[in-house]
Amino acid sequence: MSGKRSTFLISALVFGFAFLYVPILLVIVYSFNEGKLVTVWAGFSTKWYVSLFNNDGMIDAAWNSLRIGVMSATLALALGTPAGLVMSRFGRFKGRTLFSGMIAAPLVMPEVITGLSLLLLFVTLEQLIGWPAGRGLSTITIAHTTFCAAYVAVVVQSRLSGMDISVEEAAMDLGAKPGKIFFVITLPMILPALMAGWLLSFTLSLDDLVIASFVAGPGSTTLPMKVFSSVRLGVSPEINALATLIILAVSILIVIASILILRSERLRNRAANGGAEAT
Amino acid sequence: MSSDKLTIKQKFDRWMIKHGRVLVIGIPYFWLFLFFLVPFLIVLKISFSMAEYAQPPYSALFAWIDEGVTITLNFGNYLFLLSDSLYATAYLNSIRIAAISTIITLLIGYPMAYGIARARGSMRSVLLMLVILPFWTSFLIRVYAWIGILDREGLINAFLMWTGIITEPLIMRQTEFAVYVGIVYTYLPFMILPLYSTLEKMDISLIEAAMDLGCKPWQAFVKVTLPLSLPGILAGSLLVFIPAVGEFVIPELLGGPNTLMIGRTLWNEFFANRDWPIASAVAIAMLIFLVVPIMWFQHIQTKQEEREQ
Repeated sequence: MSGKRSTFLISALVFGFAFLYVPILLVIVYSFNEGKLVTVWAGFSTKWYVSLFNNDGMIDAAWNSLRIGVMSATLALALGTPAGLVMSRFGRFKGRTLFSGMIAAPLVMPEVITGLSLLLLFVTLEQLIGWPAGRGLSTITIAHTTFCAAYVAVVVQSRLSGMDISVEEAAMDLGAKPGKIFFVITLPMILPALMAGWLLSFTLSLDDLVIASFVAGPGSTTLPMKVFSSVRLGVSPEINALATLIILAVSILIVIASILILRSERLRNRAANGGAEAT
Repeated sequence: MSSDKLTIKQKFDRWMIKHGRVLVIGIPYFWLFLFFLVPFLIVLKISFSMAEYAQPPYSALFAWIDEGVTITLNFGNYLFLLSDSLYATAYLNSIRIAAISTIITLLIGYPMAYGIARARGSMRSVLLMLVILPFWTSFLIRVYAWIGILDREGLINAFLMWTGIITEPLIMRQTEFAVYVGIVYTYLPFMILPLYSTLEKMDISLIEAAMDLGCKPWQAFVKVTLPLSLPGILAGSLLVFIPAVGEFVIPELLGGPNTLMIGRTLWNEFFANRDWPIASAVAIAMLIFLVVPIMWFQHIQTKQEEREQ
């Protein structure tokens, strides 16, 4: 590689990463600013963190978001894993085209459409059968589960299609039942994909403003809805403090997750190598 | 144990083997059918009704008159979408803004992906991690970060005034420019990752061969690297274009009142005007003119890839 070209690449990388990270760093730095204005540095202070923790509306919204995130990520895993399994292992069946369409479509659907359509469904159902009675955490959870399940299905499907099917076939030849094969062989092998799928769903749910705004009811404000309504008016130092905490939490989670994934892959490699040496 | 008397567990196992497959397909099928497909039929229904001051705010489509069901289809909403140029403008604007931002993202993302793909082993995973990390942090907060930078009293204006380059603050927020910045910033990782994965798989000896045969570096790039990375370019561009075109948050927070995009128009019809039938009609129009072409394109793409393999 010529020197001129690598200089170009290095400066592209430096510029690119500066573009990605400077705005985030500025948010973090200004969360410790004593003053309210972004442009004036009035001295170091943690008062915005104190006022954030005294903001009951914000704490309630964060709590709502966490509960919705955990519930919908777990439900999405429960629905998306069989869906991914069906797509990669079940071959042809009646209605497969519709099924794969319903898994692919949520990923390209604009959020405003998903939000509007689910709201109209909930309103119609309430008129017809009286359920769900009013909108709130449960309707947001259902909405999030639906689009997150599609993401989980895609993650699981791509993991399964990259995986050697012969182990499952061997187990089947030896007389293991399908359920046992899934829980003893397939599940441990796709565990990293399931972890990634759960984390992805949790983040998507925690992050969603548009769909939640459509299907939320009174008293079920989520954190993004709260942030959005206060950010609309301009910069607020409390939001800076909140952003800093979110960035911190996410970074810790990502580091732990990637260490776990690395370790499980290393273990698997070692097991595979050990097995190869033994034969 | 006699063979004709089955224990409960054996009965359960038999039942599971017989019906397990249906169950595994059925549960996610039913969920997606009820909460993804049925809602669109309801949107379609309501797009043909009329707005009313009622709870919910639209007229009934089916009515019992003289012991028969009468269906009143009202095409007024669609005619209104056609007659008011606001909707066509918003639709075309969305496509234009999404397309331009996709191109800018590609121009910034390609050299970055190339640089990461050519970096040494451990450095490479660190750089990749740095690309992925912002994706996991809140989208809303990443958009918010730019408010403080681009605002009239924001950091760029403060810096430029301090240096004396400008004396009057530049208007950057609430312009289309800010929307481009926001889209490029939030969707850059989506562009870099697929580009990286095609560039990383590429055999570097092909470029060396091209250079040995007398190609200048830029010729080798245009003739070898670029065509080979086309699948990555396409995948990355779609990952940016698709969410950008229906975007609501970025034009709302960074764009001005004149930055019309179709997602924002739908939101305003629903929340500000409380006109559910018109919002539904906008959703159906978006579905037909936006989502269906995108899905059709993706379908053709995957078919083509399968044929090539």
